[in-house]
Amino acid sequence: MKVVVCIKQVPDTKGGVKFNPDGTLDRAAMMTIMNPDDKAGLEAALRLKDQYGAEVTVLTMGLPKAEDVLREAIAMGADKGVLVTDRVLGGADTWATSQTLAGALRNMDYDLIITGRQAIDGDTAQVGPQISEHLNIPVISYAQSLKIEGDSVIVERQYDDRYHVLKAKMPCLITALAELNEPRYMTPGGIFDACKAEITVWGRADLKDVEDSNLGLKGSPTQIAKASDKVRKGAGEKVTLDPSESVDYIVGKLKEKHVI
Amino acid sequence: MDFTLRKEHEMARSLFKEFAEKEVKPLAQEVDETEEFPRGTVEKMAKNGFLGIPVPKEYGGQGCDPLTYVMCVEELSKVCGTTGVIVSAHTSLCCDPIMTFGTEEQKQKYLVPLAKGEKLGAFGLTEPGAGTDAQGQQTKAVLDGDEYVLNGSKIFITNGKEADVYVVFAVTGMIEKRGKMIKEISAFIVEKGTPGFSFGTKEKKMGIRGSSTYELIFTDCRVPKENMLGKQGQGFKIAMHTLDGGRIGIAAQALGIAEGALERTIAYTKERKQFGRTIAAQQNTQFQLADMATKVQAAQLLVYKAAMAKATQKEYGFEAAQAKLYAAEVAMEVTTKAVQLHGGYGYTREYEVERMMRDAKITEIYEGTSEVQRMVISSALLK
Repeated sequence: MKVVVCIKQVPDTKGGVKFNPDGTLDRAAMMTIMNPDDKAGLEAALRLKDQYGAEVTVLTMGLPKAEDVLREAIAMGADKGVLVTDRVLGGADTWATSQTLAGALRNMDYDLIITGRQAIDGDTAQVGPQISEHLNIPVISYAQSLKIEGDSVIVERQYDDRYHVLKAKMPCLITALAELNEPRYMTPGGIFDACKAEITVWGRADLKDVEDSNLGLKGSPTQIAKASDKVRKGAGEKVTLDPSESVDYIVGKLKEKHVI
Repeated sequence: MDFTLRKEHEMARSLFKEFAEKEVKPLAQEVDETEEFPRGTVEKMAKNGFLGIPVPKEYGGQGCDPLTYVMCVEELSKVCGTTGVIVSAHTSLCCDPIMTFGTEEQKQKYLVPLAKGEKLGAFGLTEPGAGTDAQGQQTKAVLDGDEYVLNGSKIFITNGKEADVYVVFAVTGMIEKRGKMIKEISAFIVEKGTPGFSFGTKEKKMGIRGSSTYELIFTDCRVPKENMLGKQGQGFKIAMHTLDGGRIGIAAQALGIAEGALERTIAYTKERKQFGRTIAAQQNTQFQLADMATKVQAAQLLVYKAAMAKATQKEYGFEAAQAKLYAAEVAMEVTTKAVQLHGGYGYTREYEVERMMRDAKITEIYEGTSEVQRMVISSALLK
């Protein structure tokens, strides 16, 4: 069984967020971590390795320093790391990112692809499902539990106050929630091995069946109007009214904000 | 000369830091208050390979270098001195002598489960009349058939009742050295549960209160003769060699305690206000912090240098003694100043610096007092 986990190096929000003049994130200037949902996805894959001897490959797209997140994954127990890095891929939105990752995945053998639900630097939750579309394989998103039965996966998909149990034949793609599990730590020996491990590095030329027009900033339909760090909310407004006045007041406010 | 850490050491530090913050720090005050051995934390450390960091992979360890091990003890001790010494005593005082002096059979039988963390290790040298004077040993081992019969007791043994495997020293005879008759000391590997091996009183200590410090009692305790570690009469050499390594571990513990106290004091002085401004804005505080940070940095360099010496040199007792002497005295000084800068609050158990000051003191005493370190250093200078 072969599992590919797509992971992303994201800014550690504890360290503050910095931006480029064009509104994109200045990733080179920030402290980084492995995206929490992706880490849960990696842990799920490593449990399949423990249980069934699955081979786990981690795939990421990013700056050359994104290699660090692959080494962290190898130090946790992943077998191989693939870094897709190229200047022409920079500034990608979810569309261009999923095209890039799909172009890399077409070169790889997999029974199961796991991505995180969403990355904490964008919160779109689009890349995983988009990859599945590009590769024409089923997707089950928001996985809160995962097990293998024969050539299928059975997933509990989180849904509001309940969950759905879905079964899909492999190959397929799962998007993982951080709640899926408690990721393991790296081991000291794993770290030493990971630092010696050879990372496969691919550029634009290594991507299969992808048009240039779908890559990088130019291939990104999303235009960032403005980006900012979290803005502290004000204290808000407190009013004390009787119930009938309250209804009118709230409805008035919702109309004012164009909510209704 | 390059002081930049290699990638693997940076990653290892971030691992130990994360583990210490998430798994150890939340329990540190409780461990101190209740004096209960943090068994759950030890199990988690075992699972994550922290109990065999410098042991080669073929013996169940992680195959890392002494610097990585030192960083582990340092980061754990930053938040909990008890947890730091549990790892240090297990690794430096039990795994290391078996790794260095053990036969292949002893390594397979004892080192592998120790390094995997399936078993915990301890070291029994100190006796009521044999502290700094290791020659004062009274515990005896007499060969009877295929077994040595041990009689005597050991005190102040770290990981005492919680360990499974003990490296124990005993007198096996008298030999002549430079015209004088002296005790011949040998080392033995003793398993918990061996008939005749029991535990005496638990020490009530000032600091590192969660570490299990016990008296070991041997009454006609029969140990198979194949459990002798090294050769007969090599015990003193094994003990001194082991303590050279152990001192690096304790130096790392002292360093971690000092760093922890400094971190908390910086944070506190930026919050605490007196006379309308933070105490960090007072020049006295700034100068105190500057001195503390400089000494902590110097201690770190000595500790890391000793760890590197252990990795690359046959003898490293001098570097180990300097690292332990300096780091322990810095730990005592920095934690005392930390309490002072916290004022009355620092004297209460609500603030961690109170515990850290109590934990720091032992680093000037165990595994060779500061006076012994000065003897080791000066004898190397004057030989």
